[in-house]
Amino acid sequence: MNGGHDLGGKQGLGPIDPEPESQEPVFHREWERRVFALTLATGMLGRWNIDQSRHARERQHPAAYLNNSYYENWLEGVEKLLAESGLLDSDAHSHGLRIPDPAAAEKIMSAAGPSNLDVDKPPAFKIGDSVRLKKIHSEAHTRAPAYAQGSIGKVVSQHGCHVFPDRSAKGNHGGEHLYSVCFQASALWGCDAENFDVLIDLWEPYLQTLDET
Amino acid sequence: MPHDHTHHPDHTEAPSDLELRVKALESLLVEKGLVNPETLDTIIDSYENRIGPRNGAHVVAKAWIDPKFKAGLMNDATAAVAGLGYSGRQGEHLKVVENTDAVHNLVVCTLCSCYPWTLLGLPPVWYKSAPYRSRAVSEPRAVLKEFGTELDADIRIRVWDSTSEVRYLVLPLRPAGTGDWSEKQLQHLVSRNSMIGVEPARSPETAADTSS
Repeated sequence: MNGGHDLGGKQGLGPIDPEPESQEPVFHREWERRVFALTLATGMLGRWNIDQSRHARERQHPAAYLNNSYYENWLEGVEKLLAESGLLDSDAHSHGLRIPDPAAAEKIMSAAGPSNLDVDKPPAFKIGDSVRLKKIHSEAHTRAPAYAQGSIGKVVSQHGCHVFPDRSAKGNHGGEHLYSVCFQASALWGCDAENFDVLIDLWEPYLQTLDET
Repeated sequence: MPHDHTHHPDHTEAPSDLELRVKALESLLVEKGLVNPETLDTIIDSYENRIGPRNGAHVVAKAWIDPKFKAGLMNDATAAVAGLGYSGRQGEHLKVVENTDAVHNLVVCTLCSCYPWTLLGLPPVWYKSAPYRSRAVSEPRAVLKEFGTELDADIRIRVWDSTSEVRYLVLPLRPAGTGDWSEKQLQHLVSRNSMIGVEPARSPETAADTSS
């Protein structure tokens, strides 16, 4: 979906106004610490994956998404995931859940979860191929950013197969080939654009050869 | 956008609706036994005090002085940094992109806030903000200027939009005048911002200014 989160190339959002690096705290408010920790801790219960988690934050009115601060969007997301999962309807014991203690949480944080998978099919594209990012106007979760849809770029590297977010957001685990595709700024923004490259990681189902329509 | 730049409110101030909402959620989750309160403290401590941009600075400084490490880093960054003890969430698939005299790299996540946590910690507010996420891919030179970074016109900019689980780290140019510096000394020149690509690494002169 191309909601308020799909921001590449949007205009009118103003200057960046960065805080000086040496003066910026990791969290600015106590509630931000709590939202961050609650999001990670409930994520460790294994009831949803990272794509479902991202999609939960995205499923908001664009004006709300843009008005919220970053951790407010996280709060929206975790509240939605908890409500939709039914986790709050009874206690942990009746769900048969093991709740990570600090040592278990440390283990989970340092072991993490790689997203690459072995998939028994050859890649459709190779380095140097020209490809077009398809138009994907779906309300489902996708990692194909709107600003590059319809544009032509060149495959510059292959990352192997990774969990495909569009299916993963619906709870289906499975991999697709992932490529870095290089777009010239003029392909994205027209011939008056500055001259630079944008490299985007794109899964095979997003891409088509130039003779496909 | 209304980003909250102020610090913790005075204790005499009434808690905001947002604070109450977060407290209510935490109480409910603890009451239902769905989170362990000590685990929350561990998670916060990890990302507030233990995992941060010093990790990335270590990697960059080592790459500057150790060609063998650098070759491994450019070939398979995930394995190379795991060798230094850095692995975990949001660092499962790392790629290092190198700045040269001809190419300058810049990292963004236009769709959310993907960032190499294991090497840089949690991202700064500006990295997660709408203005940076929208403009980094459409007018990178103007963005860099807002960080005080002006590149020569013939330097090619490459912007990496982190749409997958691959996380990008910029290897900045080693500052001039550091030929005889040790890895430890060099680490102090490697700012977080230089590893995102919005600034060059600190020069020995600026580093001397900021530490005094």
